[in-house]
Amino acid sequence: MLEIRDLCMTIATERADLDILRNVSLAVAAGESVGLVGESGSGKSMTLRSILRIEPSNATVSGSITFAGTEVLSLDGEALRRMRSTDVSMIAQNPHAVLNPVLPVVNYLIEGMHDAQGMPKGAARLRAGELLEQVGIDGVDRVLGSYPHQLSGGMLQRVVIAGAIAGKPKLMLADEPTTALDVTTQAEVMAILDEFRRDLGMAMLYVTHDLDLAAAVCDRISVMKDGQIVETGVPEQLRDNPQHPYTRQLMDSRPAGIIPSVTAPSETDVNEGEPK
Amino acid sequence: MSTPAIVVDGLTKTFSGHGRHKVTALDNISVTVERGSCLAVVGESGSGKTTLARIIVGLETADSGTVTLNGKPVAGRASRSELHRRAREIQMVFQDPQSSLNRRLRVSTAVDEVLRAHTRLDARARRDRCVELFEQVGLEPRQLDSLPGELSGGQRQRVAIARALAADPSVIVLDESVAALDVTVQGQILKLLAELRAAKNLSYVFITHDLSVVQLVADQIVVMHRGAIVERGATAEVLGNPRHAYTQLLLACAPRPGWKPQRGLIRAFREKIAS
Repeated sequence: MLEIRDLCMTIATERADLDILRNVSLAVAAGESVGLVGESGSGKSMTLRSILRIEPSNATVSGSITFAGTEVLSLDGEALRRMRSTDVSMIAQNPHAVLNPVLPVVNYLIEGMHDAQGMPKGAARLRAGELLEQVGIDGVDRVLGSYPHQLSGGMLQRVVIAGAIAGKPKLMLADEPTTALDVTTQAEVMAILDEFRRDLGMAMLYVTHDLDLAAAVCDRISVMKDGQIVETGVPEQLRDNPQHPYTRQLMDSRPAGIIPSVTAPSETDVNEGEPK
Repeated sequence: MSTPAIVVDGLTKTFSGHGRHKVTALDNISVTVERGSCLAVVGESGSGKTTLARIIVGLETADSGTVTLNGKPVAGRASRSELHRRAREIQMVFQDPQSSLNRRLRVSTAVDEVLRAHTRLDARARRDRCVELFEQVGLEPRQLDSLPGELSGGQRQRVAIARALAADPSVIVLDESVAALDVTVQGQILKLLAELRAAKNLSYVFITHDLSVVQLVADQIVVMHRGAIVERGATAEVLGNPRHAYTQLLLACAPRPGWKPQRGLIRAFREKIAS
């Protein structure tokens, strides 16, 4: 459904032209979840941004990106707008950068459904409430009327996810969606994201620096370094039999260690603080 | 047995939040860090772990309770000269060297300032010491005159560690010091910290949310939740056989090979914690 071929990106700076992406090729099939894993500066976010054509203005892009058979790199404004509003949605790292700080979050959700899909505002509001319930938010009415600064990061990211799935897009682009969150919130948000992706049969391209996180929710993973994809494979294969030295280096910096698997709370668990 | 590096006893700290609302950041916290050991303080945002670190180094004052550093009491409001003395024994490395280093100062100057404040070395001897410290943290002497912006995140954190070492402290408090680094760089910095600890018999207080880092560095763990310690013990014991529901929740949420996030499990532990 999404096919990127020989994508190159160069950013012209005062000193020199920087090669940000070098012949990046990858494909995401309908309903498939693909991880793009790399460290800072590897080009993973720029690859993602190229798909929606939101790369920096001083970047030159070449190669080919096709979405559902259409070449994205040659789309005009109107067609691009349609793709962004109906077929492809994106979840960014920082929900504060996505949500308008002076409007209650309900406006963000309604705007998408009303403007892009022509849903009447009343129906959109009802649907917004349903969506928030589905992403595990209690007290939906209070949250809908809240401004971004009144909600926690985990709550806001759920609102953004609700917005991203509202139009039932075919492809979800996620750029480090849980990096700014606490570990327990991260696990919860990833579980929700994974659940909805499967239920709605959406494809996902998931950018992260965390190989274990990607392995938990992706069918295949591409490892990026210095603007190139160095290896692609299923998670188990990358873990057990990495081909590229850099993949091995990533694996080795996160050893399995002694953390046991946790199944369920038991009767003997304590839930009090230490005695005073 | 030698005197512990740090003894924290009954530390309590409240902040006034919005309006009349009061937040208890620390509720009667007691911990001991033995000389030459590494204590990990594990928790999420709002657990009080950073407040604890800041009180230990003297950046914050506790409402009640005591901190004893190398056998000497240090808690309570400190005078300038007292803070100056304390800085020779305890140093802190922050999460983001980008904000803890002055971006307009050469990194050698950042280290030199500490040497000027805490040693009687002349300019030439200080320069020699800077070179020595840079070598100890794995930086090249030619990087002495770089600006922070010219270095990578990992290199900047090495500068921050060199600066902490310049005062020749016996204790270093590391507040999420590897959290902002790429994983491969994280591994290098953790290795450096372990080598320095062994070579100089340093004691560490390692503040983190990351359990996979904890198991690589810490001898002892305390788990904090909403200003209280909910579990403590030797690293292998707490991680291998967690008894508190919150510790188990953290373990259930720690990404690792073969791990899957499970919404139902997380909910079950949250309910258990709330019950």
